Amino acid sequence: MSALLSVQGLTAGYGGVPIIEDIDLDVAEHEIAVIIGPNGAGKSTLLKTVFALTSRISGSVKFIDRDITALKTAQLVPLGISAVPQSRNVFPTLSVDENLDVGTYAAPPGDKQAVRETVLELFPDLKDKLDQPAGELSGGQRQMVAMGRALMSEPKLLLLDEPTAGLSPAYLEIIFDLLLDIRKRGVTILMVEQNAKQALRIADTGHVLVSGKNFVSGTGEALLADDAVRRSFLGGAAT
Amino acid sequence: MIDFINLYLVPGLTIGSVYALGAVGISMIFGILRFAHFAHGDLMTIGAYGVLTAVWFIPLHPLLLLPFGMALAIVAALAVDQFFYKPLRKLPTIYTVIASFGVALIFRSLAQLFWSSGNQVFIPGVRPPLVLFDTFRISALHAQAIILTVVIAVALHFFLTRSKLGRAMRAVSDEPELAAVAGLDTERVVRWTWVIGAALAATAGVFAGMDTSMHPNLGWNLLLAMFAAAVLGGIGKPMGAIAGGLIIGIAEETATYTWLSDEPLISPSYKSAVAFFIMVALLLFRPQGLFKGRLL
Repeated sequence: MSALLSVQGLTAGYGGVPIIEDIDLDVAEHEIAVIIGPNGAGKSTLLKTVFALTSRISGSVKFIDRDITALKTAQLVPLGISAVPQSRNVFPTLSVDENLDVGTYAAPPGDKQAVRETVLELFPDLKDKLDQPAGELSGGQRQMVAMGRALMSEPKLLLLDEPTAGLSPAYLEIIFDLLLDIRKRGVTILMVEQNAKQALRIADTGHVLVSGKNFVSGTGEALLADDAVRRSFLGGAAT
Repeated sequence: MIDFINLYLVPGLTIGSVYALGAVGISMIFGILRFAHFAHGDLMTIGAYGVLTAVWFIPLHPLLLLPFGMALAIVAALAVDQFFYKPLRKLPTIYTVIASFGVALIFRSLAQLFWSSGNQVFIPGVRPPLVLFDTFRISALHAQAIILTVVIAVALHFFLTRSKLGRAMRAVSDEPELAAVAGLDTERVVRWTWVIGAALAATAGVFAGMDTSMHPNLGWNLLLAMFAAAVLGGIGKPMGAIAGGLIIGIAEETATYTWLSDEPLISPSYKSAVAFFIMVALLLFRPQGLFKGRLL
């Protein structure tokens, strides 16, 4: 199976100081891949590097067999990669509808109306909030607007940085269910997640990052069952 | 009562229109580039001189020659952004603020160099005002300024809320980093911000220059009132800046009315202090402005 996204020997950081070193990572089509690890392990940096938001030092990134290492963020969106940052991920004074609309600006040409309907099917809660400024919504609804905006450009790969950060446990379930729905529609997901245990349960593959290096990769089930991973990152004994 | 309208309210709305058109640019530039553009007044001056020069060669009404002034102001703004502001974009914005002070001096000196430092007029001679309903008097220029400002405000509103570029501008103003993540071309948005800001500045400059006379300090003298208008409307809120400009203009003019006695409430020579008073009071008590703008 050829990978949708293939990261090889990636070293990157900010201002020439490496945060992640020599990372190898493959994401297959139609899977949910989760990056977990302790705070400061470089999880978000890895995600940002894939999306060309950090300075790359060495290594390569391939997307559908195309070398995208040298491309800029604005060039990645039309190719089919979208990202949702962890915080400040909506335009607060723009209405929900306008937020979604902005998501189409860098998209390849297509039927925007059909995409909008699909996105609203995924997030029916947003339907009666379309004219509200996104900044007035609750945290969970804002996360939906942010994901909706990212999906408006019809990505093949969706990058999510801690989509459940700061959300109540009830919303956590909702967001994870949504991720399964999104994958069902043919979108591949690469995400960073703090709630490692729950995330690995819905993930096809997991990657554990420690101190900027890839510690171990495997299927979600395998990592949940792995003693070392469990002890170090999932808070003790098997459940 | 009719004297109040003719002599205070209408002139207030006129100078308010000038402030409004200048403040829109200041507010948009602050929203998108995050710095206070101190050269905006002098950009108005440059635009107005562009029209004055066109008037020398083409025998048409100055307002019809506005595109020449707009073009000159746009070229000046884009050039200055490219050579002075863009290289400073990654540094703290105070560098750009100071640079814009320098640009203001450059613009003014160039205006003196090319157009002399004396007073010049667009159309010589005095023209009688229009008289409506026997008592309502308004000069053609004041009517044109107020009407054009209203038209521009409505057009700007639809541009910002309905057009793709307008929404992209608001998105960049809201969250520049997220706008980049969404794949928006922020440099393109920046260029269009200068184009719109400069075109409106040229329009404001022509009205100001036609109302009094044209001289190199024209725009600089209006700058602080325009900043007051932008702060009043809420920084980064273009429609707020329009309202702010009109309010400041009316406040300045009507402050000289004989409210309490036969004497003007404030001597006309002090009326420009009204704008500063409003700005200082706002910064102290409501720094987000009337329409919940960004904090300076």
